[in-house]
Amino acid sequence: MDGTKIVREQIPDDEFEVLEEEQLSGVNELKRFVRAFFRRKIVVVGFILVVVVLLTAALADVIAPYDPYEQDLYQVLAAPGPSHPLGTDALGRDLLSRIIHGSRIALAVGVCTVLVSASIGTVIGLIAGFSDSRLNSLIMRITDILISVPSLVLQLLIASALNSGVTGVVIAIGLTLFPAYIRLINGQVLSVKQNDYISASRSMGAKKSRIIVRHVVRNVVSPLIVMMTIMMGMSIMAEAGLSFLGLGILPPAAAWGSMCRDGYQYLMTRPLLSIAPGLAIMILVFAFNMVGDGLRDALDPKLRGALK
Amino acid sequence: MVNYIIRRLFYAVLIVICVSMLVFGLIRALPGDPIEILVSRTELADAQADPEYFEELRHELGLDKPIPIQFVNWFAKVVQGDFGKSIIKGDDIMQSMGERMVITITLGLTAFVVSNIIGPLLGIISAIRRGKLIDNIVTFIANIGITAPTFWVAILLVYLFGYVLHWLPLYGYTLPWKDFGLSLRQGIMPVFVMALGPIASTARQTRSSMLEVLGEDYIRTAWAKGLNERQVIFRHALKNSLMPVVTLQGQMIRQIFGGSFIVETIFVIPGMGKLMIDAMLSHDYPTIQAVTLILTVVVVIANLIVDLLYGWIDPRIQYE
Repeated sequence: MDGTKIVREQIPDDEFEVLEEEQLSGVNELKRFVRAFFRRKIVVVGFILVVVVLLTAALADVIAPYDPYEQDLYQVLAAPGPSHPLGTDALGRDLLSRIIHGSRIALAVGVCTVLVSASIGTVIGLIAGFSDSRLNSLIMRITDILISVPSLVLQLLIASALNSGVTGVVIAIGLTLFPAYIRLINGQVLSVKQNDYISASRSMGAKKSRIIVRHVVRNVVSPLIVMMTIMMGMSIMAEAGLSFLGLGILPPAAAWGSMCRDGYQYLMTRPLLSIAPGLAIMILVFAFNMVGDGLRDALDPKLRGALK
Repeated sequence: MVNYIIRRLFYAVLIVICVSMLVFGLIRALPGDPIEILVSRTELADAQADPEYFEELRHELGLDKPIPIQFVNWFAKVVQGDFGKSIIKGDDIMQSMGERMVITITLGLTAFVVSNIIGPLLGIISAIRRGKLIDNIVTFIANIGITAPTFWVAILLVYLFGYVLHWLPLYGYTLPWKDFGLSLRQGIMPVFVMALGPIASTARQTRSSMLEVLGEDYIRTAWAKGLNERQVIFRHALKNSLMPVVTLQGQMIRQIFGGSFIVETIFVIPGMGKLMIDAMLSHDYPTIQAVTLILTVVVVIANLIVDLLYGWIDPRIQYE
């Protein structure tokens, strides 16, 4: 059980405030978690990168040297130099400023997509895990079908049916990623249900809702958080792919994927226009994956003994 | 076993129908009236203002019927191999898909084979040399392969090998049996880009399962018998460590064919992915439907084959 308390303490940012209702049982837990989380250097790097991108997004207006949408037609496709560190694009917009502002779109899409898909998937997964075996196998069969569909095709269609834009992209990606959560949660519930303490509390007359809240949810939270972190990266990458194809977030919005698309035409003369935004995507996805790995190391009860 | 295959085939058909229905519905929700697009794109522009002509055309194409009936009509024709005509280019979709499909499947299959050879190989090497330089390099490459967007890798390669070094052609694709040398040169970058993600995930998976297997008792026994490293690794450890990799195959297939959209767009390869993206951008509804259907069929069949192979490789799997 202590695993969950650690989770509640340790999601570093204020977005998980809801979970902080319980008091820390001992400082050792926290120390153990921090040690396990930061044990690998690469995770430290990932964590720092996530923090840096979060700060960049928060302070974009302050850091960015120019307005990302301001066109300067006298400075079209300028080479990198003192006034424009990464040069300017075909409309004379400062590339660095656009990349800095692009972090907002990337993070917004990532967070919203993860929230959409995780909440749908978790609810259905809990329902599946707690229903009788026939309903369960029906839900899981449908999930299998959803997972085996080539997701990019659906994303493309949903995104353009919803007129692209951030909302359309979030719904499109969210709707194709939620089946993965159903599998995770269902598997987790089924394995938790086999524990003796569940039968014990049921025999004491606990209601189903109480068992779900007190026992199951706690055991589901750790793997869910790990998955959500890794899915952040995946969603950001999916958004970039859609935008690159011209069917995601459309210009003039400073989305990294569509910046790569626009810049690709000038690859020979101004390679940075398409390479720099792509690098930003990669760094952010990498960072979230590493943080996810670190969280897994720190939260997985099976690894706990090995890490002390 | 036969029962299992029949049931899986049933599911496969079900998936294909479900996806087609979903796509059919979604396409109707796309912005833009297909009739208006059809009229404005063909030389019938002077008839544009005539609403009667619109209705006539709508009726002719069956677009005035309720969507479920339209779907049934469409599906009935598809089963007979008739995908209709492109409303943009006016040519027969089945015909224009023919060669494109061959190209996409050739490239996809090559990428699939390449990733299944290179991925496990890298994984084994890095597991055996755990903690050494080569392990770090492989892990680093695998991390890049998983986190770098496909299009970005493609852009980098085009820049490096195309513009800077002039080693490889920038775009286009020729089938290997037409001009093998050219096909090879044109194919290297697209195949590598499509294979990179799968290589990375199989390498990681092989590495971790190999490490697990190497800790097993029977491996210690093999060492104790005095076998050399090659015998221990290839005769004893390899088979079991590849088991989890087999489960990745389905995901790899989806990844490769999903990647074909981006790869074919960047390298201007006349395949299914390019056809789909062009159709999406020009709102060519019949083509979108046809391509989606074909791609779903390919992916579903590939998944089915993989699942059957899995049971053949791992005797513990029982088909109920």
